[in-house]
Amino acid sequence: MEEQLLKTFARSVSSYFDTITRIPVELGTPFLGEEDENLALDFSAIIGISGAFRGNVFYTAPREKLQALLPLLGEPEPDDRLCAELVGEMTNTISGNVREELGGGFMISTPLLLQGADEVVRTSQNTPLYILPFQWQGHSSRVLLSIIPSEERSPA
Amino acid sequence: MKLLIVDDSLIMRRAIERTLAGSRFTEVRVASNGRTAVQEFKDFLPDVVTMDITMPEMDGLTAVELILRHTPGALILVVSALADKATAVEAVKRGASGFLLKPITTQTLEEALDDLLTD
Repeated sequence: MEEQLLKTFARSVSSYFDTITRIPVELGTPFLGEEDENLALDFSAIIGISGAFRGNVFYTAPREKLQALLPLLGEPEPDDRLCAELVGEMTNTISGNVREELGGGFMISTPLLLQGADEVVRTSQNTPLYILPFQWQGHSSRVLLSIIPSEERSPA
Repeated sequence: MKLLIVDDSLIMRRAIERTLAGSRFTEVRVASNGRTAVQEFKDFLPDVVTMDITMPEMDGLTAVELILRHTPGALILVVSALADKATAVEAVKRGASGFLLKPITTQTLEEALDDLLTD
């Protein structure tokens, strides 16, 4: 399940950047994160998952990357407010797009926006945290997935 | 023509406005949730609405229904990241005139508007 989810999200990330920027991302090797690990970059957004799955999707990116993306979206003067909004919109789009493969039971919340690299990521209910790193134009960012099927019980 | 843009994302509202305002629409208003969208629609009576689905307070599909109850035949283009077929089908069932999947580009948005306005 984890491998399938990671592949699905990797495709969604690639598709987003292909569509918006026409410059492909370089996907890194996913790895397992540790609870309470400091993984946040400058701007982050969290989306809650419910329905057939439960958990969170968290996307975090550095300011420089978002400032490089914003002009491609028609924003000539990136600022922190727009960086925060962009990371929320990206998280929403990447998460919503995986419903093509996972179905409508993969229900997503509106994004919660966070700013600051001192945010500690806490997974939900002992759910494993997988990190999908990728690079775009030399800028690194991460999608963090803490998701399990709803019928699965979290390990004690 | 008048345009109402409904999306909780500031980035999306600005992108849609930049693409469409001036060329086709002389007046534009925005709303960031379904509840405000319905209120704005009743006040503004736009020719076209673009409507996100996942929003706080009231989702876009509920707003579509309420707007169409007020103005049957209102032109509403749903613009959403929810990529499952069932969502698109549901949007049309509720009365949306079209469905555009995010991420959008200037081209895809213009084409969707062309389809909407020529149907």
